Amino acid sequence: MSNNQDQSMFSNKILRWIDDRFPLSSLIREHATDYYASKNFNIWYIFGVLSLVVLVIQLLTGIFLTMSYKPSAKDAFDSVEYIMRSVEWGWLIRYMHSTGSSFFFIVVYLHMFRAMLYGSYKKPRELVWIVGMLIYFCLIAEAFFGYLLPWGNMSYWAAQVIVNLFGAIPYVGETLTEWIRGDYYISDITLNRFFAFHVIAVPLGIIALVFAHILALHHVGSNNPDGIEIKNYKNEQGKPIDGVAFHPYHTSKDLVWITVFLILFFAAVFFAPEMGGFFLEVDNFEPANPLQTPEHIVPPWYLTPYYAILRAIPNKLMGVIFLASSVLFFVFLPWLDKCKVKSIRYRGWQYKLALGCFAISFLALGYLGMQPASGIYVVLARFFTVVYFIFFIMMPFYTRLEKTKRVPERVVYKK
Amino acid sequence: MTNLNRRRFLSIATTLTGGIGVLFASIPFISSFQPSKKAKALATAVKVNLSKLEPGSIIKVIWRGQPVWILHRSKEMIEHLKDSSLDLRDPESELSVQPFFAKNAYRSLKPNYFIVEGICTHLGCAPIEKFAIAPADMGPDWKGGFYCPCHGSKFDLSGRVYTGVPAPSNLRVPPHRYENEHTVIIGETEGTENV
Repeated sequence: MSNNQDQSMFSNKILRWIDDRFPLSSLIREHATDYYASKNFNIWYIFGVLSLVVLVIQLLTGIFLTMSYKPSAKDAFDSVEYIMRSVEWGWLIRYMHSTGSSFFFIVVYLHMFRAMLYGSYKKPRELVWIVGMLIYFCLIAEAFFGYLLPWGNMSYWAAQVIVNLFGAIPYVGETLTEWIRGDYYISDITLNRFFAFHVIAVPLGIIALVFAHILALHHVGSNNPDGIEIKNYKNEQGKPIDGVAFHPYHTSKDLVWITVFLILFFAAVFFAPEMGGFFLEVDNFEPANPLQTPEHIVPPWYLTPYYAILRAIPNKLMGVIFLASSVLFFVFLPWLDKCKVKSIRYRGWQYKLALGCFAISFLALGYLGMQPASGIYVVLARFFTVVYFIFFIMMPFYTRLEKTKRVPERVVYKK
Repeated sequence: MTNLNRRRFLSIATTLTGGIGVLFASIPFISSFQPSKKAKALATAVKVNLSKLEPGSIIKVIWRGQPVWILHRSKEMIEHLKDSSLDLRDPESELSVQPFFAKNAYRSLKPNYFIVEGICTHLGCAPIEKFAIAPADMGPDWKGGFYCPCHGSKFDLSGRVYTGVPAPSNLRVPPHRYENEHTVIIGETEGTENV
C-alpha cells in the first residue's frame, strides 16, 4: 500500500517536472480526456481513426523499404524483387505497404463520404474540410510518385501519361513536362526525384496537414450523425451533455474497430496481396520498357473514376481541365451547398437523390476507367461524367429548394 | 502619427526586400529541376543504317530515350497517303511539329522512308502498328496506320491524326538528315532550323 503510494507520488513528481517545462497534461486534457465528441457516433465515424492507423503503417513499412530499395533505373526493379525474395520478411513489409496504399484510399473515400452524408464540411468546419482535401491531394501525389518506384512497365507508362497531362497546358506545357521529368523521357533522373518526393517531401506535407486537420477539428468540435452542435447543451461543469470524452470512451470503441480493420487488412496482405490485379497489376511484374505500352493501361483502382472522366472527353486540353476540376470541385462543397441543415437525416429528397446519383456515378466511372476506351464504355463514361458534374454545378440550386425536416435539439441516441 | 507611418513604411520595405530575396533564392532550386548537362549530353543524334529495311517493314530505335520508328513504305502504302477522302484533323500538318522539309503529305524527306517519334501526341503512349487494310478490329475504312491502345487515337501511315480521337496533332517528326543513301542521322538537320 505505502509502496504504491510512493510510486504514484514519484510519477506525479515526474509529471509535474515535465508540466513545468512542457504542456503535457494540458495537451492530453485538451485533445483526449477533455475533448468531448457526440455519444451517438455510428460506424461512419471510425474511418478518420483508421486512416491514421494506415498512415502509421505506411510510414513504418516505408522507412524499412527505403533501407533495401535502390532508386535508379538500373537497380529499382531488381531491388524490389530483392526485397521480395532475399530480405528477411521483406515480402511482408512490401505487401503491407502496397496493400496499405489501397486501404488508405478505401478508408479516406469512406471518411469523405461520411462528411457528405452528415454535412461535416459545413460552417464552422470549412477549414477542417479544406485541410482534409489538401491531405487527399497529397495522398494522390504520394500514390503517383510511389507508383513509379517499382519501375515496372505499368509504373513507367502511368508516369509517362500523367506527366504528359501537364503538356496539355498551352505554351508552357512542353517545357513544364521536361522540367518535371528533368529529362526528355521518364528516366533514371525522373525516378530519383520521384523517390525524393515519395519518401520525404510529400510525407512531411501529409504529417503537417494531418496535425492541422486535427487541430482545426478539435477547435470547432466534431460533427455527429444528427448534424447539430453538442456544445449548445452543457452541464454544470460546462461539459456537453450529449458528448463523451474522446479518451477513454471513443478510444476504447475505436480499438475494437481497429482490430476488425487489421483482421481485414492482414487477410488481404496474406491471402490476396495482388487482389486480382487491383492492388498490384500484372503488367508491373515486367520491367519498364520504353518501346512497349501495356495493352490496357490503367491507373490503380482508386484513381480510375478521374481517369474515366479524362478519357470521356475527346479533346486533350478539355480532358485535362475536366480531370482537374473533377477533384477540385470537392474543395468548394461548403459554399456550393446552400442548405442550412447538415445531416442527411433531416434534409430534403433533392440532396438525397443527388448524393445517391453522385455515389453511383463515382463507382460507375471507377469501373469504366478500368475498361478499354471504346464503344459503349465511352458512351457510359460520358453519361456518368455529366451526372458527376451536375451534382456539383447544380448544387447551389437544388439545395435551395430542399424541404427539410425539423432538426432535433439534442442528439438522437438509441439506448 | 509620423511614427506610425514610419512603421508602416518599414514593414512594407522589409516584406518587399524579404520577398525579393525569397524569389531569387528559389531560382537555383527551381532550375535544378531542368534537364542536367549530363541528360542533355546523352540526348545526342543516332545513326541508323537502312539498307536491310524491306518495304512494308518498320524498325524502332531509341533517340533521347524515346522510340523513333523508321517505316519503309511500300508503293501501295504511298498510294493510300494521296487518298483525300481520309478524315484527318491536320492533313497539311499546320498544327503539328516536324522539320520544315517534312511538312507534306509524306511527312518525310523521301516518300518511301518515314521517320517519326513513336509517341502519341495525346498523353505519350506508344501507338502500335496496324498496317493491314480493313482488319476486323479497325473497321472496313481502315487504310493502314497506327493505333494508340491507351485512349484510342488513330494515325495514318504519315502519322497524321484522324478526327474524333483525343490526340490533338500529328505524330512528331524528329529532325533528321541522310548521311548517304542508306544512312540516316536522327537528331540532326542539314544546317537548318526545325520548324
